[in-house]
Amino acid sequence: MEPLTEKKLKSLEFMANRLREDVIAMVSRAGSGHIAGPLGMADVFAAFYFHILKHDPKHPAWPERDRLILSNGHICPVQYAVLAHAGYFPVEELRTLRRLGTRLQGHPHRGALPGIETTSGPLGSGIAQSIGIALAAKLDAKKWQTYCLTSDGEHEEGNTWEAVMFAGKNRLNNLTVVIDRNNIQIDGFTENVMPLEPLREKYESFNWHVLEIDGHSFEQIIAAAAEARAIYEKPTAIIAHTIAGKGVDFMEKDYLWHSKTFKPGEAEHALKELRTLGGKIKSEHE
Amino acid sequence: MLNPALHLNPKLFDADAEQRPTRDGYGDGLVAAGDADQNVVALCADLTESTRTEAFAKKFPGRFFELGVAEQNMATVAAGLGISGKIPFIASYATFSPGRNWEQIRTTIAYNDSNVKIAGHHAGISVGPDGATHQATEDIAIMRTMPNMKVFVPCDAIEARKATEAAAHIWGPVYLRFQREKTPVMTTTETPYAPGKAEIFWIPSAGIKKPEVSIIVCGAITYNALAAARELEKEKIGVIVLNCHTIKPLDERKIIECVKKTGAVVTVEEHQIAGGLGGAVAETLAKYHPVPMEFVGMRDGFGESGQPAQLLEKYNMDVKSIVIAVKKAIKRK
Ligand SMILES: Cc1ncc(C[n+]2csc(CCOP(=O)(O)OP(=O)(O)O)c2C)c(N)n1
Ligand SMILES: [Mg+2]
Repeated sequence: MEPLTEKKLKSLEFMANRLREDVIAMVSRAGSGHIAGPLGMADVFAAFYFHILKHDPKHPAWPERDRLILSNGHICPVQYAVLAHAGYFPVEELRTLRRLGTRLQGHPHRGALPGIETTSGPLGSGIAQSIGIALAAKLDAKKWQTYCLTSDGEHEEGNTWEAVMFAGKNRLNNLTVVIDRNNIQIDGFTENVMPLEPLREKYESFNWHVLEIDGHSFEQIIAAAAEARAIYEKPTAIIAHTIAGKGVDFMEKDYLWHSKTFKPGEAEHALKELRTLGGKIKSEHE
Repeated sequence: MLNPALHLNPKLFDADAEQRPTRDGYGDGLVAAGDADQNVVALCADLTESTRTEAFAKKFPGRFFELGVAEQNMATVAAGLGISGKIPFIASYATFSPGRNWEQIRTTIAYNDSNVKIAGHHAGISVGPDGATHQATEDIAIMRTMPNMKVFVPCDAIEARKATEAAAHIWGPVYLRFQREKTPVMTTTETPYAPGKAEIFWIPSAGIKKPEVSIIVCGAITYNALAAARELEKEKIGVIVLNCHTIKPLDERKIIECVKKTGAVVTVEEHQIAGGLGGAVAETLAKYHPVPMEFVGMRDGFGESGQPAQLLEKYNMDVKSIVIAVKKAIKRK
């Protein structure tokens, strides 16, 4: 991984804001889809695709690439946006989200779009699939890393914990899980629906290395990924504390924005707010 | 013409006909069942609003349980409640329940004969933009092959309410299938409904010679079957439309009675052709009265994102496809 320069940091901030704008535009155009989760994970996605991952957008099937598996598939608008900006497919195609015939399915489909490693949407099966992928790397003595992005709500699924137990047992040091700890899900705040705390201790007791970070700090995201790569006794879980709906005041922390249809004017308001933030960053480049 | 004996919605074909999703009927029926019997309890897995469990949860907070995103746990907890005097209703999207938790349902609910009602929502391809992962097109097959399980597929919100209430009164495991989209309300509160009893919604009008095909249908797509019958009548082709809202136990007597009259059959469902309503009807006819048969449904493929009407057209479940299937069945006689 290259060092994180001041210039790179600015470009990541700029990219994350661009991803947020795209998410708002895509979902409002589609008329349905998820919003709060994608906005909250925009910084993590920008950090991975523009700094952490070893990948080649022009050769999506490059065998030596790091694998990034999105387990909570409903936040795919932000992954689609980052894949497009990284060069996997034309940015204009983002407009087709959820339309008949699109490669940008409502939930990601393996094979439909370059850069999508596996199908997701039904929650709780991403960590287990990532384990299979990481095991294959071990069997073939390959150096690439497997990263699984998952959510707090997904930790209510039994399959998640079956997988966590297995990875701990098998000391899968080439596997890193990033948990979007935004404290919301569909029916409300996660701790009301089904308390997950103490999450850190849960992972530790399953023999994982655990890091907790501010999921909006590029320095912390990147440092955590570097530490995860360096740890060789265990798999690593990075608990990324994020703000659902990050960047748009009326969405932040309102769980109903998990997925909601925009009323007239709301998308424009959100875009305006994001653009003023972006404006701040842009002005320094201009 | 619409069967005048059934008190169907006379405004059914009007542009402003009332539209409601069948899942609304689940919400209404669940509250009514809860009012009628305090042993009725409701469970949900982080989809309380979209499965319409919300009204019950608000009215009977002490009898509502939020499981979080944990469909397997939901089914097994319900199994325990159901063998302990309670009448649990569990709700999620059909791809997750009874999809993900199928074995839990099989062993702990069906084999145990536990009194659990399984509500599978967002069934069929008309789920739309969410795409294939959320479009259940195999659920009728996996549930009807399960011993002890009954399978109800209501055609509109009113019938869905009746089916939900009926499920609460019947002992034992029941699978109820609901759909997301608003669809025309075809029945009225006066329309007769009894589990296991299929109803003839459409008969040839006076002046049309005898019916040539029986269209056997379940779910909201019943509307498309009726619309197809109307189109066909313009071409002087008479048909019967049989609303087969109970896939199991199947109303074999009524099916055979209709098919003996018509000598050909078309089944219509928002489900895989293999193993669903079409499969069930074919098993019966092969045994008692084989006739030329056409199947309208998913042809061994997954769905995709799109608007509901676009998808029904692309996957050959629109009115036109039913008309074509009827003509094909007639040719094969
Ligand atoms: C197996 C399964 N059950 C239910 C759902 C419906 N669902 C979609 S998102 C979601 C909430 C999950 O919580 P989280 O991932 O934390 O949501 P977010 O933070 O993005 O709001 C649910 C229940 C699903 N996609 N998969
Ligand atoms: Mg969450």
